[in-house]
Amino acid sequence: MTEQKKQRSPIETGAPDGFQYMHPTMRKNFGQWKWHDHPKPGVLRHKAESGDEIWTIRAGTQRILDVFTLRTLCDIGDKYADGFVRFTIRSNIEYMVKDSEKVEPLIEALEKEGFIVGGTKNSVAMISHTQGWLHCDIPGTDASGVVKAMMDELIDEFKNNEMPNRVHMTTSCCQINCGGQGDIAINIQHTKPPKINHDLVSNVCERPSVVARCPVAAIRPAMVNGKASLEVDEKKCICCGACFPPCPPMQINDPEHSKLAIWVGGNHSNARSKPTFQKLVAAGIPNNPPRWPEATAIVKRILKVYKEDAKDWERINDWIERIGWPRFFELTELPFTKHHIDNWRGGRKTLNSSAYIRF
Amino acid sequence: MKKHDTPMLDELENGPWPSFISGIKRLRDTHPETRINEMTNDLLGQLEHSYETRKGYWKGGTVSVYGYGCGIIPRFSEVGDAFPKSKEFHTLRVQPPAGNFYTTQSLRDLADSWEKHGSGLVTFHGQTGNIMFIGSTTDSTQHFFDDINEKGWDLGGAGPCVRTAMSCVGAGRCEMSNVNEHKAHRLLVNNFIDDMHRPALPYKFKFKVSGCANDCMNSIERADMSVIGTWRDDIKVDQEEFKAYVGLKGRKYVIDNIVTRCPTNAISLNDDDSVTIDNQNCVKCMHCLNVVPKALHPGDDKGATILIGGKRTLKIGDLMGTVIVPFMKLESEEDWDRLVEIAEETIDFWADNALEHERCGEMIERIGLVNFLEGIGVEVEPNMIANPRESSYVRTDDWDDEAVKWYERADAKKDTA
Repeated sequence: MTEQKKQRSPIETGAPDGFQYMHPTMRKNFGQWKWHDHPKPGVLRHKAESGDEIWTIRAGTQRILDVFTLRTLCDIGDKYADGFVRFTIRSNIEYMVKDSEKVEPLIEALEKEGFIVGGTKNSVAMISHTQGWLHCDIPGTDASGVVKAMMDELIDEFKNNEMPNRVHMTTSCCQINCGGQGDIAINIQHTKPPKINHDLVSNVCERPSVVARCPVAAIRPAMVNGKASLEVDEKKCICCGACFPPCPPMQINDPEHSKLAIWVGGNHSNARSKPTFQKLVAAGIPNNPPRWPEATAIVKRILKVYKEDAKDWERINDWIERIGWPRFFELTELPFTKHHIDNWRGGRKTLNSSAYIRF
Repeated sequence: MKKHDTPMLDELENGPWPSFISGIKRLRDTHPETRINEMTNDLLGQLEHSYETRKGYWKGGTVSVYGYGCGIIPRFSEVGDAFPKSKEFHTLRVQPPAGNFYTTQSLRDLADSWEKHGSGLVTFHGQTGNIMFIGSTTDSTQHFFDDINEKGWDLGGAGPCVRTAMSCVGAGRCEMSNVNEHKAHRLLVNNFIDDMHRPALPYKFKFKVSGCANDCMNSIERADMSVIGTWRDDIKVDQEEFKAYVGLKGRKYVIDNIVTRCPTNAISLNDDDSVTIDNQNCVKCMHCLNVVPKALHPGDDKGATILIGGKRTLKIGDLMGTVIVPFMKLESEEDWDRLVEIAEETIDFWADNALEHERCGEMIERIGLVNFLEGIGVEVEPNMIANPRESSYVRTDDWDDEAVKWYERADAKKDTA
């Protein structure tokens, strides 16, 4: 008990107030902004009712920052900006400055240190992702590596504004889909049921909650080699991996059979149409470290067709809504299979109940 | 220290995008502390092993700081014998300031504490919104937390609890802002701080706040409770700016990219290049404001829409949040109290009625929206639906009573107007 007394109690302050870290011009004009424009890729100018301006310079980073890189970003902020930064939801850093003269030297300093200025408006934005093999306990792939390899290939689209509208991409290492919905999402899709280590199940897993976790009721308690374990009805199993986090002996990740799948048309914004979920367009893509060339090739193909065929302001979902899915598969030269047809609950609403046919 | 060979990871040092592998190597090769050199060396060794075998080798466990039940993601290596210096490699989830604002000084302070106790690797931010301090031993977690907690930083959520929230840049910089996003963020999440630090809910519960329907925080699809700024009076139009835009881009461009893209056909381009908006039929989707931000602005009667129940696939399939409050003002203290009250009612009802591991949206799917609304004391109204019921399987024997309620509510509205 004496040791307990030495313990320091936490101060439960919760989310800090961002106001204390905000650029003075932004504090002064809080809630009083009038309009913005986009002088060049990676740069935004916001004008306040008061006439004040704030210039934002956005740059892509490696997201998983070492303290040296973080300090380099701070050094740039101190020397070329006003010492105020923020991070976007896609892990870009943003510097905010009051004077337009500071913009170009800041861009130069960022680029000199290898950071990529861009990611605004109708660009391919930074891919949102989580950790993968570096840190996660259930990953089928390494999202961090996939993203690095893909951004190397898409860097010009990040630095320029040549897309019809913004493209938000995501990657996820399992079907929990931490990367989230995206115009294009690259996600793990397992293709084989879990391999069960029956010796460990009874020690490691709370069996009833594993049974309850299965979306298709394919798991049931079983005695295997005299030990309490679980078994999977492999005909019912949809290989989603939901049983793996609560029960690691139900190994779902497989070096050969955990594949990548590509989904398109997820859109969080309400602009023009209600938010949409992403739809499966390609699967069975090899999970091929260290640079995942097969997945990147398909992403680039989809982006190329979108760039050529979509109209201004159409996000990928808007574009496909206009041209229809037959044309999408024709233009992208991706195979349409029985697996594209949804059979989950509510899936019927995704069928074509009309005489609207595209030729 | 013998450096692990990392031929596959080395491939990720090629190419123009900044490389996280090069960053980890910098810690391995040039950091003055041997502890960090060795830890990152073994981390690279294990990661290379994952790349070779295409499998992950981390498992969870139980690690916490004194007084809290969560906030740390424990990671113990399954191949710790081969990579002993990184065999404990936990992540601390730390809540960001509302709006993700930092001074360089605050970042330097965090970096100084982190390299004293941890691996030196950090991410701004994880997908829920936390600052992720990646790579701490079990012993170091308490020291690092004590250090930064004294400077005003607190842990976020993990497990079945209220999670760290997110808010957009909002009123700090954006003319589309319709609420004080940062106040909403902090008020909601800090009100549930006990439910964040001591996980006792059916499953996770996330708040996200976006200042307009562009929903930059992805709240409808990713938050159990989504607060989205909107307005209910007219879009403000600067006709001279609009005419200037038509002059610049041409009538065809304006018709193709603004007029015909309006989801409710509420925009007309007039013969003199000015614009007329049918405000009663505008749904505040934000598209035209996005295209011509100098000419079109949100109205003055601002507030928020509240949606409940967004989440990703597991277990029953993806769910969007759905509207439970079409519009509420967020100005007076009573307004803000009401927002917190809605969150409290929602979480209380969900905690009482959800199955284990059932998100709020899944519970609503199971019991029906009406039961949920009755549970939290919110009346039905047509902005909550895309269309009325299509299935005839419904009992309507109290129809007249329900109709009376509708007329009573309509009368009450008239009286307060």
